[in-house]
Amino acid sequence: MTATGTTPARKSPLHHDAARPAPAPAPRRRRLTERQSKALAFAVLTAPILLGLGLFRYVAIGWSFLLSFSEARRTISLGNWVGLDNYRELLSDERFRDSLTMIVLFTALIVPLTFAASLGLAVLVNRIRRGRAFFRTAFLLPAAVSYVAAAMIWKMALFSGVPSGLANTLGALFGADPTPWIQTQSPPLYWIVLVTLRLWLQVGLYMILFIAGLQSIPPHLYEAAALDGAGPWRTFRSITFPMLRNTSVAILLLMLIAALQAFDEFYAIFSTGASLGSEPVRTPLMHLYGVALQDQDYGVGSAGAFLLTLLIVLVTLLQGRILGFSRDKD
Amino acid sequence: MNNAVNRHRGSVLGSAATYLALCLMSVVFLIPFYMLLRNAFMTTPEVTATDWHWLPSSLSWSNFTSLFDNPERPFGRSILNSLLIAVISAPVSTLLASMAGYALARIAVPGRAVVLSLIVGTLMIPQAVTFLPTFVVVGSMGGVNTMWGLIAPGLFNAFAVVLFRSFYLSFPAEIEEAGRIDGLSYLGVYGRIILPNSVTMIASLGALSFIEAWNSFLWPLMIGQDPSSWTVQIALSSFLTSQTVNLPELFAGTAVAILPLVVMFLVAQRHIVQGIAMSGLKS
Repeated sequence: MTATGTTPARKSPLHHDAARPAPAPAPRRRRLTERQSKALAFAVLTAPILLGLGLFRYVAIGWSFLLSFSEARRTISLGNWVGLDNYRELLSDERFRDSLTMIVLFTALIVPLTFAASLGLAVLVNRIRRGRAFFRTAFLLPAAVSYVAAAMIWKMALFSGVPSGLANTLGALFGADPTPWIQTQSPPLYWIVLVTLRLWLQVGLYMILFIAGLQSIPPHLYEAAALDGAGPWRTFRSITFPMLRNTSVAILLLMLIAALQAFDEFYAIFSTGASLGSEPVRTPLMHLYGVALQDQDYGVGSAGAFLLTLLIVLVTLLQGRILGFSRDKD
Repeated sequence: MNNAVNRHRGSVLGSAATYLALCLMSVVFLIPFYMLLRNAFMTTPEVTATDWHWLPSSLSWSNFTSLFDNPERPFGRSILNSLLIAVISAPVSTLLASMAGYALARIAVPGRAVVLSLIVGTLMIPQAVTFLPTFVVVGSMGGVNTMWGLIAPGLFNAFAVVLFRSFYLSFPAEIEEAGRIDGLSYLGVYGRIILPNSVTMIASLGALSFIEAWNSFLWPLMIGQDPSSWTVQIALSSFLTSQTVNLPELFAGTAVAILPLVVMFLVAQRHIVQGIAMSGLKS
């Protein structure tokens, strides 16, 4: 017990708490029993995070859930119950439905592309001996950039509508006229902007995960395949890809959840600063942001948060189902 | 023999092709950085010129000085705000997670499983969906436009608790027992033995948490409505919504906003890579 006394920072909360709750008859000595000191240590170590999660997760979500059944315009107090009206209002809002379609399309496009690109890079980087660190850094560096900063580069330098933009400069080499990449709705050229941005930003992160997965594949499998005379493609299909199964499932899940919650780059690229909700392209989260901040309708906003959660849960369950079935077939 | 030679030649060709592909890809990946730096040092006529320039005609820092002089966009203040947020929330959130992770792994008390499932339960809810409920709570406590409102909700990382817990589960028990025999209390064991032995883990997850705090956008956009509580990401996005845009200044601002993290990635890459691999594969 004396040894604890040499760390004052640890001592004070211990003694402070020990003095307050007065357990049983006042202890004759300050020394706690083994069970008490265990419980006290557990409480001190877990209390901050439990209080924080309790307030910012459990209370917040519970409150919001109740708000979603309540008329709550410019107020966050409960009481004006309206049943499922908020959900009905949201689902009959064409702009919200459009944003749901938009995000599902975006997810269907970006997830397979990111998956293929990051797996491809991981296989290539893992294959070489010299210069691995350099290439890993080059591909990972974009992960340091925020979506907002990347959106600035994409919108104002790479895909700006003026002739000096990089895409238009390259296009001019082939005799193409300057194109307003972001404003063009048909064909929707802004998809190229959105998809390349997210690919650039995320591929390195997932590549790191794939490399970790690749390095856990026992090398003797590859030696056996080489003895059997299997070529690179054949080796990839029969060894690498099946052995990466768990990694792939985890990565797909991360990608799906990230894509369905897209907000930052859509907002930075399409928001005009005028009224929220006038953007040509919106994600569900952007819609909810507008509902909450501009209309200050926390009832409808909460309903939207739960609908989006439902969508995410459904998509991830579906992914589990599909991958689960293909495992049964193996 | 001949076969082996062929295979060897094939693998040399194969690795040459691999290097070629990787070099091309890394050039493509570095182009946005190049464009950013080039434009940040150019003048407005140069940035908007229709003919291509590889480099700015002169290396002038005027874009950077005017960036910090604009009274309508408090860029310097926003950098300080972001720095303050990241410097507080990265170590605090990592420490809180480590404390809880240790208790959950090593201090057997009744009800421990309940506490664990309460913490893990919060992971089932997608992060971005909690922003509105959290806004309701923080707003009702008067947290809009305040530093604590920006920082507090990000301090409680249930996922990091899970990572620390599994790290401490595989921590050799003998060291702890030796500490107990030497008369350390449970908290003493944590503070004097466990914490110093978790430095790499704390560095990895702390680095990730720093990056997250620096780059986060949606939460500061909701809470930091007044320019005095803008973070650097909000200040950046205000370039895109203002009426007249000084393009070189915009690029200079973007360069300043990403510089700290790029430096961090180059310096602490080992920790960051470890952190990413750890948090990705555990999920």
